[in-house]
Amino acid sequence: MSGATPAANSLYSDVIRDRWRRPRHRGDLPGATAVAEDVNPLCGDRVRMMLTIAPEGQISDARFVGDSCAICTASADVVADLVAGRTRSEAAALEVGDVLAVLQAEIRPTRMRCATLPLSVLAQALDGKARA
Amino acid sequence: MRLDELTRRDFPILERVVNGHPLIYFDSGASSQKPRAVLEAMNRYYERSHANVHRSIHTLGEEATELYEVARDAMQRFIGAPSREEVVFTRGTTDGLGLIAETIGRTLGKGDEIVVTELEHHSNLIPWQLIAKDRGAVLKAIPVRDDGQLDLAALDRLLTARTRVVAFAHVSNVLGTITLAKEIIAKARAVNALTVVDGAQAAPHMRLDMSALGCDFYVLSAHKMLGPTGIGVMYGRRAVLDRLEPGRGGSEMIKEVWIDHAQWNDLPWRFEPGTPPIAEAVGLTAAIEYLEKLGMDRVAEHERALTRQAMEGLSRIPGVTVYGPPVGIDRGAVVSFAIEGLHPHDVAALLDAEGIAVRAGHHCAMPLMRRLGVVGTTRATFSVFNSPDEVSRLLTAVAGLRSAL
Repeated sequence: MSGATPAANSLYSDVIRDRWRRPRHRGDLPGATAVAEDVNPLCGDRVRMMLTIAPEGQISDARFVGDSCAICTASADVVADLVAGRTRSEAAALEVGDVLAVLQAEIRPTRMRCATLPLSVLAQALDGKARA
Repeated sequence: MRLDELTRRDFPILERVVNGHPLIYFDSGASSQKPRAVLEAMNRYYERSHANVHRSIHTLGEEATELYEVARDAMQRFIGAPSREEVVFTRGTTDGLGLIAETIGRTLGKGDEIVVTELEHHSNLIPWQLIAKDRGAVLKAIPVRDDGQLDLAALDRLLTARTRVVAFAHVSNVLGTITLAKEIIAKARAVNALTVVDGAQAAPHMRLDMSALGCDFYVLSAHKMLGPTGIGVMYGRRAVLDRLEPGRGGSEMIKEVWIDHAQWNDLPWRFEPGTPPIAEAVGLTAAIEYLEKLGMDRVAEHERALTRQAMEGLSRIPGVTVYGPPVGIDRGAVVSFAIEGLHPHDVAALLDAEGIAVRAGHHCAMPLMRRLGVVGTTRATFSVFNSPDEVSRLLTAVAGLRSAL
C-alpha cells in the first residue's frame, strides 16, 4: 500500500488493510432472517451480523455493520465472505483459524478478541438466541 | 532545569527500547512508571523488615508497623488531611469507591437519590448502580457540556431533599476536565448530601488540600502517582467516618469480638480489615517523598506545558479532533483525540510500533463515549519524566498516520 509506513506493514497484512478500506460486505441487509450484535468489552467495539438463511438452511447472504477497528472490520468482512453460500451447520463449524488464514496476519494476543468478535456474533446469530 | 531532565534517569524502565525505538510512555493516566527510590524502598523493606503489622510483638513486626503508619502520615501530609485518623488505606481507587458505596449504601433507603456524572470512570458508577439496585435508590447523572465541563445548572435541578450522595471525578480520565469540585461540594452540602470525589487522575498532578476542598470522601491510587500497584487511599472526613458502621469486616478492624457481635476498632483501622498492603505502603511513602521533593506545583506546571503542547500540536494536524476543554482552560495531564478514518485501537497499535505507548478505547467511561458519539478515543497522558521532545515525536507520528492503513 502506498501510504503505509513500515510499522503499519508489519502490523497489518495487505488483506486487513484492503478489507478495512473497502469491506465487501459492509452494510444493512434488509430482510435478514438471523441477526445478532455484540460488543468487545475491552474496547467497546460493536459488530452486528445479518444473515439471510433459506428454510432449507442455506445462507444466501451475509452482511455486517459496526464500529470497529481494522482487524475486527476485516475479520467481519472475511466471516461474511466465508459463510455466504454455506449451510447453517457449515457456518457454525467455522473456526478462528479459518478467518486468520484469510487475513494472513499474525494477530497479537491483545488484539485477538478483535479478530474473534465477528465469529462469536455469527455463532449468536446462528443460535437465534441473541439480541437482535 | 526542566523536570524531565531532572527525573528521567530515576526511572529505569525508560531505558527500554520498544519495537526498535526508545520507549515514550504516555500512559501514566492508566498507571505511571516508578522511580528507583520506590523500587528500592520496597525491596529494602522485604529484605530487612517484613512482618505482619499491628499485632506482632517482635522487632520486625514493630518495624513493619512503624513503616506502615509512616505511610499514613506521609499521605495525610500529601493530601492535606486534618488528621491521620481520616486516612484509610485501600487496595486502590476502585476498592475505595466500592468500600464507600457499600458503607454509605447501608444507610440508604428506598427512593433516596445518588448523583453521579456523565464523565465518570466505571469505578465511580457501577458501585453506585449496585447499591441503588440493592436499596431501591435512584441514580442520576450531571450531564457534560460541549466544552467538557459539568453542567452545574443541571446539578441544581438534580439535587433534592432526597439526595444522599454526590459522587464525581476531580479530573476526568478522558477529557482532562478539572471539575468544579468546590462548587459541587457546596451545592451538595446545601442539601445535606455526602460528597465522594474520585481523585485518581488528580492526585498525581496537582496539590491537594482536603481541608480546603471540604469533601466528605476522597479516593486515589498509588500506582498512578509513581507508587506501586495494590494500594490506595480513602480519605474520609472524621465526623462522617465516626458515625458510619464499617462496610467490610475482618481482622484489624475490631477491638473485641464475640460470636454474635463485636466492638469496632478506632479510626482509621476500623475501615482496614485484613493484612494491609505493607510493602506497597512503604513504596507509596517513597513516591510521596519523591513528588514532594519535586514540588507538586512544579509537577503541575511541567505537565500543563506538555499538555498544552500536545493539544496545540494535535489541533493543527488535519483530520485530528481533540476532545475536552479547549486550549487555555486548565486541565489535567490528559489529551484524548481522534484521527479521521482510523480506529483508536489501530492508532495505538501504530504508535506502539514507533515505541509510543498511548491508551485507546472507551477508557472505562462508556456513558461519556456515548455523549461524545464515539466508540473510543486515543489518549495520551503525561508525567514528570515526559519531555517536550517526546511530545514532538508523538505529533510527528500522528501526522503520519492518516495514510498508514
